[in-house]
Amino acid sequence: MPYVPHTEAEVREMLATIGVGSIEDLFAEITPEMRPKSFDLPEGLSEMEVLSRLEAMASRNATDRVSFLGAGFYDHYIPATVDALTMRGEFYTAYTPYQPEASQGTLQAIFEYQTAVTRLFGMQCANASVYDGGTALYEAAMMAVRKTKRRKIVVSEALNPIYRVMLDSYTSNLDVELVTVPHKGGMTDMDGLKAAIDGDTAAVMVQNPNFFGSINDFTGLFAAAREKKAVSVISAYPVMAALLKTPGAMGADVAVAEGQSLGLPLSFGGPYLGIMTCTKDMVRQMPGRIVGRTADTRGRTGYVLTLQAREQHIRRQKATSNICSNQSLCALRTLVHLCSLGEMGLKRAARVSVERAHLCAERLTAVEGVELLTKGAFGNEFAVTLPVNAYDVIAKLAARGYVPGFPLGRYYKDLDNGLLVACTEKTSEEQIGIFAEMLKGALR
Amino acid sequence: MKTIFEESVPGREGCWPCEGMSEEAYIPKEMLRDGEIGLPSAGELDVVRHFTRLSKRNYGVDGNFYPLGSCTMKYNPKFTEVAAAMPGFTRLHPVLPQLQGAGGLCQGALEVMYETERLLCEITGMHAFTLHPMAGAHGELTGVMLIAAYHKDKGNKKTKIIVPDSAHGTNPASASIAGFDVVSVPSNNGIVDPAALVEVLDDEVAGMMMTCPNTLGLFESNLPEIVRLLHEKDALLYYDGANMNAIMGKMRVGDVGFDVVHLNLHKTLATPHGGGGPGSGPVGVSEKLLPYLPVSRVEKQEDGRFRLNYNHPKSIGYVAPFYGNFGVVLKAYAYILRLGRTGLIRATENAVLSANYIRKRLAGHFEVPFDRICMHEFVATAAPQAEKGVHALDIAKALLDKGYHAPTIYFPLIVPEAIMIEPTETENKATLDEFIDALIEIAERVDTDPASIQAAPVTLPVTRLDETRAARAMELTDDL
Repeated sequence: MPYVPHTEAEVREMLATIGVGSIEDLFAEITPEMRPKSFDLPEGLSEMEVLSRLEAMASRNATDRVSFLGAGFYDHYIPATVDALTMRGEFYTAYTPYQPEASQGTLQAIFEYQTAVTRLFGMQCANASVYDGGTALYEAAMMAVRKTKRRKIVVSEALNPIYRVMLDSYTSNLDVELVTVPHKGGMTDMDGLKAAIDGDTAAVMVQNPNFFGSINDFTGLFAAAREKKAVSVISAYPVMAALLKTPGAMGADVAVAEGQSLGLPLSFGGPYLGIMTCTKDMVRQMPGRIVGRTADTRGRTGYVLTLQAREQHIRRQKATSNICSNQSLCALRTLVHLCSLGEMGLKRAARVSVERAHLCAERLTAVEGVELLTKGAFGNEFAVTLPVNAYDVIAKLAARGYVPGFPLGRYYKDLDNGLLVACTEKTSEEQIGIFAEMLKGALR
Repeated sequence: MKTIFEESVPGREGCWPCEGMSEEAYIPKEMLRDGEIGLPSAGELDVVRHFTRLSKRNYGVDGNFYPLGSCTMKYNPKFTEVAAAMPGFTRLHPVLPQLQGAGGLCQGALEVMYETERLLCEITGMHAFTLHPMAGAHGELTGVMLIAAYHKDKGNKKTKIIVPDSAHGTNPASASIAGFDVVSVPSNNGIVDPAALVEVLDDEVAGMMMTCPNTLGLFESNLPEIVRLLHEKDALLYYDGANMNAIMGKMRVGDVGFDVVHLNLHKTLATPHGGGGPGSGPVGVSEKLLPYLPVSRVEKQEDGRFRLNYNHPKSIGYVAPFYGNFGVVLKAYAYILRLGRTGLIRATENAVLSANYIRKRLAGHFEVPFDRICMHEFVATAAPQAEKGVHALDIAKALLDKGYHAPTIYFPLIVPEAIMIEPTETENKATLDEFIDALIEIAERVDTDPASIQAAPVTLPVTRLDETRAARAMELTDDL
């Protein structure tokens, strides 16, 4: 049998040691009434057969299309070092670092990850990760609820709708009120958000750049939140964060992100990485693992899981969160990605993406009837309005090898003609040219 | 070892220069970052060497026996990585199926999801599965949300979830986060006692979370009666699948009446744990919970094509942005196909065989509080050794010195000085024997040289670390 090394002779010897006659004797407590009614699975295949079956399935996914899809999930280049280093078995096949002396590799890597993401967002503390950007946002909301002992969460409608539906689901059984402040033509409504913050507000939650690609400075909003003693939460796009005013500089209390763009393939939705950072003032509300630096009995530097009194294995039902497994390996990938690119490499990826997006916007809006939806600054993603339903255009272009973007009408009922278009450094100028020509043809 | 930030040399060229480019042409200056990020300046070899050296300061299944109880640290077959790395999967954007007319672009991925759900249904005897939960605890939360949705829909006023005192800490935490009050039920002779259960079982009980075999590695032989008692109150049964490796092909949780189950693909189905994750915690349900499963749901149409259906009005909604940790699910799918029916049964049988073999051979050297046939793991206690000043923690550290990862210690909480050993089916007999001999040698040293155990480990990059200092100093980054 694959991966089971005991020989028949060894099995007999082990059974004799245990003092039973057969393997089935070990399962005697599972009485006949509890036995399976069926276990009708196919018999095993060879490694080669399994992989060829999966190759065939993979080939039924059309990944040769040129894609302008983003919506929070971006196809950035991943340096070869990321796979090469993170696939090392010592990292890959370890469990959560419960025995720190035998897990310094994982622990120091998480510590360095915490350092990298806090610097990226201008924040003070980070945890070792949660499942994804949406879960990070929900956990941030709950941090605010615990911190303020208030129940109202004010959310911008320009925050990723994929995450807002998750927030809805997660909080449906809890005594938490979600107040959504509508976007204004794809712009985050600052005045509306300010007006919605009151003495019962636990948190105000926004995104930068917002779902429509618009860049904001939330300094004023966060100051208004602070006046009402509400917690300011920002969801950031980490590649653009290399260029933009940091959440810390804006006065955010908690900054979270989907880390997928930093070294993780799109992989049909996961595994991804929920990045969570906060001020020192909020760290005891943080869910999940946190690594701290300390010393061993000989005074040498070492790393341990710390502040564990927040966690489920100690606190059980009183824990800050139920999280146990996180996305540690994804965090390692992000760390290696950031170290491999370095300061210049990350900024380069961001700048090229911004340049390409602006070229793309210029070329698309030159097509008759196509206009930019948002009026302010944008980074690598922007929204346009088309003279026709966006779904129709997507279907037409996809059939010809180009996926032109995300239909805003899926989540915003007044934006059926809206198309969200993203570029990365992998988007070529030639592809942008062809896209514009195709769009022109499709609208003719 | 220095951090990569401490090793950084300002001005050292990375491989990704960006001269002559500026974002200021596009974005107003007041919206831009002021100053550097502070990422390391390092050459590619610097990065490669740093992380290679870091990796050598880690134990993992590839290099070390890892008998960490409750975590099922079995060998992770390498070929599953080849499957997960196929560009036809890694390059797939997750919103593709949301584009009308573009769902046809990801038929292969939808088929993987559909087939995996069907296989998990057959393994567990459940009616339907969702792959969305991204870890075991996430599966628990999803499962408890399903229980809440069921009662809400029926108009039941139920506020409590029963959790045995031997349960994983995630169980009470998940129930509490989903808005329930947690009621603990004590175990008797290592298993849940129906008489004690009746004491706490009232009409306000929404459900009960069970682990079977439980965290002592013991089979819950009163299961049929427990299921009957709960169902009489229209309370639902939740199965924590952490210990699924003990029962594949021997019992199906659906057949014995469980309503919800989560599996840990990163345990039972051999996907690597990566130093803490990503995991994957698919949730299976009985027919009565089907309407409440998270959206989207993958379906096979009459023409044989696959689609996602978002139209389930009673659904609890979204617990993940998309379809869970798809890359992890792929590896588990490949593993199930490789092992097949007989392979999965043999995995379970040999896991249980190896655990009992260790248990029996340790007899006389370590006390096992419930010393009867165990399932895939068992719990010993170092209480007698502790009286001589050598604690479970010390024994764990002494094992590290001998090249073994330590068992789980101090869990379950109901056994003092617990040492929880789970060998899994993938370790050969020679490894088991050497490990047993190592434990026996340590047990003998408790009398002859306890100080050497208390001082362990001494062969690793660091000796014992000062956790109190870490919590007090709060050095959580290179800047704090």
